[in-house]
Amino acid sequence: MGGFLLRKVGAALIVLVLASMLVFAGVRAIPGDPALALGAENRDPAVLQAIRHKYGLDKPLPVQYLNWISLAVRGDLGTDERELSVSNTIVQRLPITLELAGLAILIGSLIGIGAGVLAAWRRGKAADYAATTVALVGLSVPHFWLGILMIIYFAVRLHWLPAGGYVPFSTSPVQNLEHMLMPAIVLGTGLSAVLMRQMRSSMLGALGADYVRTARAKGLSELSVIGKHALRNSLITVTTVVGLQLGALISGAVITEQIFVIPGFGRLTIDAVNQRDYALLQGVVLVAAAGYVVVNLLVDVVYSLLNPRIRVSGAAT
Amino acid sequence: MTVLAVEDLSVRFDTDDGVVHAVDRLSFGLEQGEVLGIVGESGCGKSVSVMSLLRLLPPTAHVDGRAEFDGVDLLSVPTSRLQRIRGREIALVFQEPMTSLNPVFKVGNQVGEVLRRHLGLDRRAARARTIELLDLVRIPAPERRVDEYPHQLSGGMRQRVMIAMALACDPKVLIADEPTTALDVTIQAGILDLMRDIRERLGTAIVLITHNLGVVADIADRVIVMYAGRKVEEAPVHELYAHPQHPYTVGLLGAVPRPGAADEQGRLREIPGRVPSLAELPIGCAFAPRCPRADELTRSRSPELSEIRPQHFVACFHPGPEWQER
Amino acid sequence: MSYVDTTAIAINPRARRRRLLRKRFLRRPLAVVGLVVAAAFITAAILAPVVAPYSASATDFNATLAPPFTHGHLLGTDELGRDQLSRIIWGSRASIQAGVFSTLLAIAVAVPIGIIAGYYRGWIDPVIARLTDVLLAFPFLVLAVGLAAILGPSLTNATLALGIGAVPGLIRIARGEALALREEDFVRAAVANGARDASILARHVLPNMLSTLIVQATVTIPAAIIGEAVLSFLGLGVQPPTPSWGVMLSDAQSYVSQAPRLAIFPGIAIFLCSLSFNLLGDGLRDVLDPRTTR
Repeated sequence: MGGFLLRKVGAALIVLVLASMLVFAGVRAIPGDPALALGAENRDPAVLQAIRHKYGLDKPLPVQYLNWISLAVRGDLGTDERELSVSNTIVQRLPITLELAGLAILIGSLIGIGAGVLAAWRRGKAADYAATTVALVGLSVPHFWLGILMIIYFAVRLHWLPAGGYVPFSTSPVQNLEHMLMPAIVLGTGLSAVLMRQMRSSMLGALGADYVRTARAKGLSELSVIGKHALRNSLITVTTVVGLQLGALISGAVITEQIFVIPGFGRLTIDAVNQRDYALLQGVVLVAAAGYVVVNLLVDVVYSLLNPRIRVSGAAT
Repeated sequence: MTVLAVEDLSVRFDTDDGVVHAVDRLSFGLEQGEVLGIVGESGCGKSVSVMSLLRLLPPTAHVDGRAEFDGVDLLSVPTSRLQRIRGREIALVFQEPMTSLNPVFKVGNQVGEVLRRHLGLDRRAARARTIELLDLVRIPAPERRVDEYPHQLSGGMRQRVMIAMALACDPKVLIADEPTTALDVTIQAGILDLMRDIRERLGTAIVLITHNLGVVADIADRVIVMYAGRKVEEAPVHELYAHPQHPYTVGLLGAVPRPGAADEQGRLREIPGRVPSLAELPIGCAFAPRCPRADELTRSRSPELSEIRPQHFVACFHPGPEWQER
Repeated sequence: MSYVDTTAIAINPRARRRRLLRKRFLRRPLAVVGLVVAAAFITAAILAPVVAPYSASATDFNATLAPPFTHGHLLGTDELGRDQLSRIIWGSRASIQAGVFSTLLAIAVAVPIGIIAGYYRGWIDPVIARLTDVLLAFPFLVLAVGLAAILGPSLTNATLALGIGAVPGLIRIARGEALALREEDFVRAAVANGARDASILARHVLPNMLSTLIVQATVTIPAAIIGEAVLSFLGLGVQPPTPSWGVMLSDAQSYVSQAPRLAIFPGIAIFLCSLSFNLLGDGLRDVLDPRTTR
């Protein structure tokens, strides 16, 4: 297992480095003179030159990149337009998005995995068709629309839940959850649809496998056959899917936070683009990419722990 | 004493291409302590027939007939009762040891499952008994193997584990579906030795399915020959090999490499033509298109089984021990 | 009764396979519905000038925020008096355009790369794999946002961004298929017979990948349709006054209490359009998979 992980870590590092270069190049490619933006549109050439020198914008690109990346690795992502530390802003906002994502994963997994197992178990019957249809709907529904609909119905019409905003957990757990509930459901819907289909497909594959036939031939109860033998194999595939869905989750968080006006990491991206705040944008995108790579690495670790074929090396095949 | 009595077992599948009759009115009896061999080419229905006995076929299969075991009809008994028979009274060993064991559970766990489920043993007792069973099937260092995963074992050892699992509750009947097909020839001999040993020591009745006539000659007491889903010949083993009656049996025996089996030109005889598709069976005898004895009669009517010699049944209008009837 | 050369149909395996596939497809009502509805959307998009009762920007300040079934406005009007139904029909243009073209672009780019990686392997495979991973490391929306920042917001750029976002996934799939196909006997036989690479790829590899690609395309399109709606919603795609379902939804947010239907109808359009392609894709996948028995 050690070798497997080592290769994965190595690959992840390469990807991270390449990604950081891409981020850097991308932001530099944005039209417009960053010095102008940083200098609050002051067009005096001397001032602009001073700004360029201050921010190191007059040095060649590779040097700028190295400067940036060496600081970034140590946690310093520079300052944004309002002279606030980018790292601080990110650190403030990231937990909010993480909470949202965590709740979404929880809701999405419970519903998705549960529905998937049910559909595979009752394959071809009413429950299967119902679950599959609901999953298809969940995949096709634009989630930001779902969010707006929920606001219309639950907030505006019924006044059950707030239409938006955020209350920190430390201030009031109940209110915090009230504000997070709808966004988490909206975000989790897509995940649950994907998980349900994946789980159903994995379970059906497992249920058709030879070892399940053996389990039945041994006289085990259906519960044991499905719940122990088939499920265990399917969960392994599904964990990788959850990991892969993280990217979609972050994308979803961006819009969800926009609709529900939650001051999270996702909204930062939009704000950064709209305000032409390049330092902020750079930092945000880098963190997003790095986070994704790290999470995928974790998923690989979890997978190797769960799958005995990788955890324990085999003798003959 | 007859342990298992199968009557008019028929299995059909509904597929996109129409109805497939995999098994057509198969009947046989299994005596206590005997080894019954079922031979035939791939696709002749032998695996499907035994899997239908324990109701292990997919839902697209429709099974008719009766299979009487221990006073109940396996094909109609409630599932809860069937689950007490499966693994305990009738055990099945499958063809593919590679995929028949669950890759994520330890071997000991999988064998122990049967013991815990049917005999109510607790974990420690089950583990001890599992080690004994692994030893019985001649797996070296069983105390170590108990905690290993299937992928750590070789094919031959996995098959032995399957056999151990099957024998765990001392079943009355052991059904082995091509247990050696997926294994090397040298390993095959070991498995067959083991089965012979089991029969002698434990008195288990064994149904052995194979397409390998050499294996059957080695270990079976009685043989059933199947073709295109039907039984075409049945006889005690020595009788079958000495006096085959159905042209298919004659052909099969002629195709086995043996000293002295070649014809005048020194070639092995092969049966011309191909196995018919079970979805499009010809009217008349299913073997007629390939049969050197075929005539108007066999092409228009299907022969039924009749006892042609003592204890020797054949379904043929022109039975005889030569390939061509003179 | 006309005489048809039935022997040709009976013997020609390709025609028989096509008939079998068509039969299997027709047995799935949901897939047929998907096909019909998707075709309807595509037709509406193409024939918008003919089908829509009004032009997309025709305002009528006498009839602002009119409810549905008002005279002349089946789905009502928005805050500027523009007919909702017409805007939805016109909006389908942006969605279908973005959805279909971005997918075509992605396939045109991803399939050759994937085939090269999967078929030739060697040193180029890990390189492509790493580059794909890098692209995948950016959540799709972040990528699209970044591209919009660089290139400026417009439907074309949104389409481009959506296409690029779909490329890594398609590369993976194309690579997987090529990898599997190169081990097939008929490919090996062609190689052994001295066929040139281009010929093998064109005659053996590509046609066998076709069914997987078709299914993937029909599944990528709805994701791209929703993606266009998202980008337009955020102001990064279609710019007003060009109508787009996403823009309509964004505008509707301000009128959530007065006229929620301004948000409901465009959303239903996005939903139905994407659902129809998903149903079609699912149906095709079932039909083309040799393991399903119905």
